[in-house]
Amino acid sequence: MYDIVIIGGGVIGCAIARELKRWQLKVALCERSDDVGAGASKANSAIIHPGHSAKPGTAMARLNVIGNQLYDQLCQELDIPFQRCGSLTVAFDEEELPALQSVYQDGLANGVPDMRLIDRDELLRREPNLNPESVAALFAPTGGIVCPYELTVGLAENAAINGADVFLNAKVTQVKRNAGNWTVCTGRGDFDCAVVVNAAGLYADIFNNQVSTDTMRIIPRRGEYWMIDKSFDGAFHSTIFQLPGKMGKGVLVSPTVDGAIIVGPNAEDIDDRDDTATTRAGLEYVYQAASRIWPALPRRALITNFAGNRAHLVRHDFVLGEAPDAPGFFNAAGIESPGLTAAPAIARELSAAIAKHLHASANAEFQPCRPPVRRFRTMTMAERAAAIAENPTYGRIICRCEQVTEAEIRDCIRRPVGARSVDAVKRRTRAGMGRCQGGFCMPRVVAILSEELGISPLQVTKNGGNSTILTAKLEELSRERKAEA
Amino acid sequence: MNAIIPIDVLIIGGGPAGLAAALAAKAAGADDILILERENELGGILRQCIHTGFGLHIFKEELTGPEYAARYISDVQAQNIPAQCDTMVIDITSDRLVTCVSAAHGLQQFQAGAIVLAMGCRERPRGALGIPGARCSGIYSAGTAQRFVNLEGYLPGRRVVILGSGDIGLIMARRLTFAGIKVEAVVELMPYSSGLKRNIVQCLDDFGIPLMLSHTVTAIHGKGRLTGVTISKVDADLKPIPGSELHLPCDTLLLSVGLIPENELSRNAGVDLDATTGGPVVDNRLQTSVPGIFACGNVLHVHDLVDHVSVEAAEAGRQAALAAASRHQDEPESAVTVRAGDGVRGIVPQRINSEALTTAPVKLMFRPSSVCRNAVLVVEADGVPVHRVKKRVLTPGEMVELSIKPDFFAAVKPVRELCISCENQ
Repeated sequence: MYDIVIIGGGVIGCAIARELKRWQLKVALCERSDDVGAGASKANSAIIHPGHSAKPGTAMARLNVIGNQLYDQLCQELDIPFQRCGSLTVAFDEEELPALQSVYQDGLANGVPDMRLIDRDELLRREPNLNPESVAALFAPTGGIVCPYELTVGLAENAAINGADVFLNAKVTQVKRNAGNWTVCTGRGDFDCAVVVNAAGLYADIFNNQVSTDTMRIIPRRGEYWMIDKSFDGAFHSTIFQLPGKMGKGVLVSPTVDGAIIVGPNAEDIDDRDDTATTRAGLEYVYQAASRIWPALPRRALITNFAGNRAHLVRHDFVLGEAPDAPGFFNAAGIESPGLTAAPAIARELSAAIAKHLHASANAEFQPCRPPVRRFRTMTMAERAAAIAENPTYGRIICRCEQVTEAEIRDCIRRPVGARSVDAVKRRTRAGMGRCQGGFCMPRVVAILSEELGISPLQVTKNGGNSTILTAKLEELSRERKAEA
Repeated sequence: MNAIIPIDVLIIGGGPAGLAAALAAKAAGADDILILERENELGGILRQCIHTGFGLHIFKEELTGPEYAARYISDVQAQNIPAQCDTMVIDITSDRLVTCVSAAHGLQQFQAGAIVLAMGCRERPRGALGIPGARCSGIYSAGTAQRFVNLEGYLPGRRVVILGSGDIGLIMARRLTFAGIKVEAVVELMPYSSGLKRNIVQCLDDFGIPLMLSHTVTAIHGKGRLTGVTISKVDADLKPIPGSELHLPCDTLLLSVGLIPENELSRNAGVDLDATTGGPVVDNRLQTSVPGIFACGNVLHVHDLVDHVSVEAAEAGRQAALAAASRHQDEPESAVTVRAGDGVRGIVPQRINSEALTTAPVKLMFRPSSVCRNAVLVVEADGVPVHRVKKRVLTPGEMVELSIKPDFFAAVKPVRELCISCENQ
């Protein structure tokens, strides 16, 4: 029997799991994929929003601003790359100035600190690659960038270190009332609990509607992105937003914490919640819309593209807290942008409400920090020499584009809630994220996963399920074909 | 950290280019040579090229990749040229300080008299093509699949489509067919293949594998593992033609869509790169824009034949040995710029010493921009045509060699520019 079962191992579910461990509570988290952060949490803009773009008076606005302020400490505790690079919301012509003013006023109403309007000269001085037709911008120094999947992994790992049980490949099929408590049925067994947290992202409506008459409908809203090669590192210093309206609806250009540049997303409502395929039309739209910010955006610099689906609700606000007719069933639903930014605030508020509901006492043994991740690429030469002297596998580079060593890959598999697939290794270490996109390191990562997990290379997957990499041993197929003949 | 180790000639990469460069450096008198190789063994990409066709020019016999490499490796060993494997170079500076790491030796730094860049190339990945669609498993670059099959003994799938008709893709079509895998088609965007003619005949035609020219993959399907691709015919501007879509069920898509010289280290060292070749700008001695740093093989420009790599690398190794021995910095000398005119792309070298041009033949290598029948190559010195040579057929898949001889310049000697262009007759 658990006190709480959380449905969904995205950034919201993992953040809630970690916060709940600040109380003496028995927590389980069920994730349908083979890894945490495998849905929208891995495929988004990776922006920590200042909070001027949410409508004043909404939960989105309030939790955006609070969440933003929690990021420094959170990322320090979990050793997650985070930079307050600031954001610029740009007016590209005089006609957009009233809209810019309106964003500024919303920011003031939402309590966004330190914003100021800057003129064209200052703007182009800050961002020389910006469209020279830009006329003014709103500068928000609290804007930031983070690695969203490393953050989700860090939250899950820290929750696990503090005693939360994280069940992967545990798809929830049904939530049932059970004599004043709840039963959460999963592919890995049924869990009884006093409280259910619905952090199921794109599937949150399904679980809510199983237990509550206050129904909701999540609309999968796909966003497509391009990643730009690292050789353009420094092309932009801050996150550049366009104003809503006209053509640039939501497409941004931003540096990433890893020295690449991300551009996107578009917004397209689709039927299939799991359809994260990119489209020719969508990618072209993103490229064109981003070119408005960055006229010299070179096509040859595009190293990869991806799509993520946001969990959109028509009411366009977060749904947080206990369902009115289902005591003990807490929603964290409709979490779309600025959901990543708001995640620490959502987790804090919801956990406090749940702890109160369960009359829980504080957990004095809560350990907020996770052991630092030693990243070869950010070490000084002296640190590298020392690391290799201590553990020679730091001297064996597996991913040459991102300079990821064997030691880092083995470490990410061995940690709590460790990597189980090639993509999980990639998200934790960046192996395969560089310009060759895994052409060099993938066979090596497969070999290490096979060795660490004690499985055949034939069982290693790209991202769980049937996403196998290899299908047979060479001699097996030859034998089969001979037998056929 | 360990002390900085001085070395005369440091060779980055132990593939065919690095091996030939090391042997030539030794022959030219360099004594203190070291090869750094990131794999566990020397030989580079040849290790996984178990098909034949190597060595026809140099050894006058048909060898497999490993056999070709073995000849050079045994020579390197016989010459007592040291090689350190399992070692990755992570930085090269313009004053030739090279930093590398390995499990066995930790972090090392070498101060080199001369450096030969011989890092080879990598394959263009899916992302760079911008093929939209699902991000399922089953999509590999052809060379990655080749490594899985030939070095590790595993098959990447059972039913394969190959996008791009580069040589590795063609070779893999045959290799996978031998292994019992069904190769549905090789799909090529261009109206011609970028692979060698002999590979199209021996790897596709002989096995009845269709080569679909002017087609490309326009969508990728599958959740988890790949289940199929959509291919479309393209128009003259290489744009997919709506309505021409064809669904091909497959569980594997191999990409053989181009090779990119691996020059991140060169860029760190401040070496100027050529946007067309993707490799360093070099002079006729294969010296880059940074004195004492030489380049050869696929890191310089992508070759079709390893034999040509070996020849080029030997010259780079010899020049590096001479540079290391003279120990003096090159003064800027009067150099003639080589320009690719109409119908020609990616000429190497990009600069020629004016003295060299009039004393001995200088070999230029380049590709035509498109398939060219009854072609005439025109050599111009500062805008004046000085030589014409007829070629029956030129294709972008086969590199052209043109020897520039002193007697071309009996009348006009170039001071600024040598231009090569290709005319259709």
